[in-house]
Amino acid sequence: MTPLLQVETIAKFYGSRIGCADVSFDLYPGEVMGIVGESGSGKSTLLNCLAGHLTPDRGAVRFDTRAQGLRDTITMSEPERRMLGRTDWAFVHQHARDGLRMNVSAGGNVGERLMAVNARHYGDIRNEAIDWLGRVEITEDRIDDRPTAFSGGMQQRLQIARNLVTGPRLVFMDEPTGGLDVSVQARLLDLLRGLVREMNLSAIIVTHDLAVVRLLADRLMVMKDGHVIETGLTDQVLDDPQHAYTQLLVSSVLQV
Amino acid sequence: MSDYNFAYLDEQTKRMIRRAILKGLAIPGYQVPFASREMPMPYGWGTGGVQVSAAVLTPDDTFKVIDQGADDTTNAVSIRRFFQKTAGVAVTEATSEASVIQTRHRIPEQDLRADQILVYQVPIPEPLRFLEPSEVETRKMHALEEYGLMHVKLYEDISQHGDIATAYAYPVKVEGRYVMDPSPIPKFDNPKLEMAGIQLFGAGREQRIYAIPPYTQVVSLDFDDYPFQPTKADHACDLCGAEDSYLDELIVDDAGGRMFMCSDTDYCATRRKQGHVGAQGVPYKEDAA
Amino acid sequence: MISIENVSKSFVLHNQGTAEIPVMQGASLTVSAGECVALVGASGAGKSTLMRMIYGNYLTASGRIMVGDVDVARAAPREIIQLRRRTLGYVSQFLRVVPRVSTLDVVAEPLLATGTDADAARTQAETLLTRLNIPQRLWALSPTTFSGGEQQRVNIARGFAFPYPALLLDEPTASLDPTNRATVLAMIAEAKTRGAAIIGIFHDHAARDEICDRQFDMTKFTMGPAA
Repeated sequence: MTPLLQVETIAKFYGSRIGCADVSFDLYPGEVMGIVGESGSGKSTLLNCLAGHLTPDRGAVRFDTRAQGLRDTITMSEPERRMLGRTDWAFVHQHARDGLRMNVSAGGNVGERLMAVNARHYGDIRNEAIDWLGRVEITEDRIDDRPTAFSGGMQQRLQIARNLVTGPRLVFMDEPTGGLDVSVQARLLDLLRGLVREMNLSAIIVTHDLAVVRLLADRLMVMKDGHVIETGLTDQVLDDPQHAYTQLLVSSVLQV
Repeated sequence: MSDYNFAYLDEQTKRMIRRAILKGLAIPGYQVPFASREMPMPYGWGTGGVQVSAAVLTPDDTFKVIDQGADDTTNAVSIRRFFQKTAGVAVTEATSEASVIQTRHRIPEQDLRADQILVYQVPIPEPLRFLEPSEVETRKMHALEEYGLMHVKLYEDISQHGDIATAYAYPVKVEGRYVMDPSPIPKFDNPKLEMAGIQLFGAGREQRIYAIPPYTQVVSLDFDDYPFQPTKADHACDLCGAEDSYLDELIVDDAGGRMFMCSDTDYCATRRKQGHVGAQGVPYKEDAA
Repeated sequence: MISIENVSKSFVLHNQGTAEIPVMQGASLTVSAGECVALVGASGAGKSTLMRMIYGNYLTASGRIMVGDVDVARAAPREIIQLRRRTLGYVSQFLRVVPRVSTLDVVAEPLLATGTDADAARTQAETLLTRLNIPQRLWALSPTTFSGGEQQRVNIARGFAFPYPALLLDEPTASLDPTNRATVLAMIAEAKTRGAAIIGIFHDHAARDEICDRQFDMTKFTMGPAA
């Protein structure tokens, strides 16, 4: 089986400071990988390098494109990369306002990616938007409301609908449950799990919340000071951590 | 002749603007940045259009200025006088006699010929601006032909108003490539953007010039199930009886009385001279105001 | 079906003076299809540790753990995920679920994950819950609020939803009343009959003697201080 994403010795420096270095891994279709680490560990830098928001200084990020198989997304042309960004890739931001158009209705937000790939039938676009709002548990009567009228959890679900409407194969998530109430988090996690399974999505989730990766991620990567210090099955890394830092991280979680 | 250089601007500036115009004609619909000069009038009064007119006028030209179709409004009169004074060109109110027509918010009803130039005053040249505030991002969207956002605006219109409510500055795609703001002309005028004359657009404050060469394909954006429709008031002109022209609605008393009349004053006057009379009109007299 | 060869395991606690705690050495065990083997030994002998190693939850320091044709001790994460999805089931002592997911969906999940359609998966889940005496009025609720015995039965229903060829059972009959205990033992017997290879930990000796074909004493492979 071909990996969906093949990451080879990625490095990104901010001046002399290391953003992330020597990161390599393969992600296969349907796999969900979590990246955990404290603030400044390089996990967001890595995610942005993978998603094409930052250009790494070294390494390759190969994505299994529909037309041409594995292509290095760092060296491909910007139009191609942006096309991936609105078709095969999705990016869920921590703050919904970074991923939504706050002055456009919920329906318009969901429809944008369809229109970006040349959907030109209003009725079809609207029906698709209604369908997707339903899948993220937003009722049809809210379709013409702007996200500013939504709660934080609803905004985040709207962002997910907006991202998944074009049937992407790879979803990048940056702290998708950060800043939400615990009960809202649980609902969002359940929703994401269902969507990942139904759509056979691959996902890379950056978070500092170990409970989130335990529930969502098949595999885990632990980062510290820009380097990957431990990888493995999520439950194995959390239950039998090998590296001193991971042991510290796991033992620092408050039990409830 | 006055002490001004011909048409106010110095020759180097006019050359710079002409280069921008030529580039704009070569890439229809593309917004060419240019070094907009301070003009002796405030922004919003047509500084972009005036600079373009200054760059294309020659001593042999006949100049016409319309503001919302009318030759006799303050803005139109001021700009006409400006070029009378600084360029000494002949002026006219007759569309057919003009070689350069500067306009704000209208296209003349009468079809333009290949030897005529229409200069538009443009307040905001970027059609994507309302939804994407970043200029860097909008330029990239143009460069990469990422125009989905333009349809989001139309989608919002339909979802809120049941129909595409955008009535002016209705976005168009030029020659299958660039999406362009046709300036705040009513969408009734959009079909006329495909014409024999040269169309030049100048935005002074925003420092952009763009152009549509003669006979260029200009398509108004729409949805398959909500096709573009040029609309006008469902009326005939009360002065000249024309049923095919764009109309202004005028409240004439405190009791709600109103009348509709051609926004293109030259078109209306010409028809009345030819003997057409509308519902509230009187037969044309040479000295009538 | 399950073949364990000469495995060893130790824990290194970096944050407690880098203490190395060896817990197991040289353990070997083979379990065939249709066979049920009980792990025995005192508390701390490494029964749960071995079970977690087989499931890939704990790393194995050396040796081989073959489940079907996959060596869990060396397999890549995605191979283990695949193994857990279709080959190797695990009923742990504790139920770990996403909050707010209904009991019915918790039980149906292993079926949904292997591509069973939603209706069939729910029907199967209903059958299991009925058999294990979980009242129907609880099905739509999250099991996180259930009593210990109810959670244990939900856990068992989930673990038996998909017909895994290999099963790991950690105290499946603990905290069950006689009726439900009998039901669970019957379910284990059925799994054996359809050919599942089963490894279990039973503190309930009567249950162990009833259902297990043989015992595997962990004590002789244990090195830890708790041995």
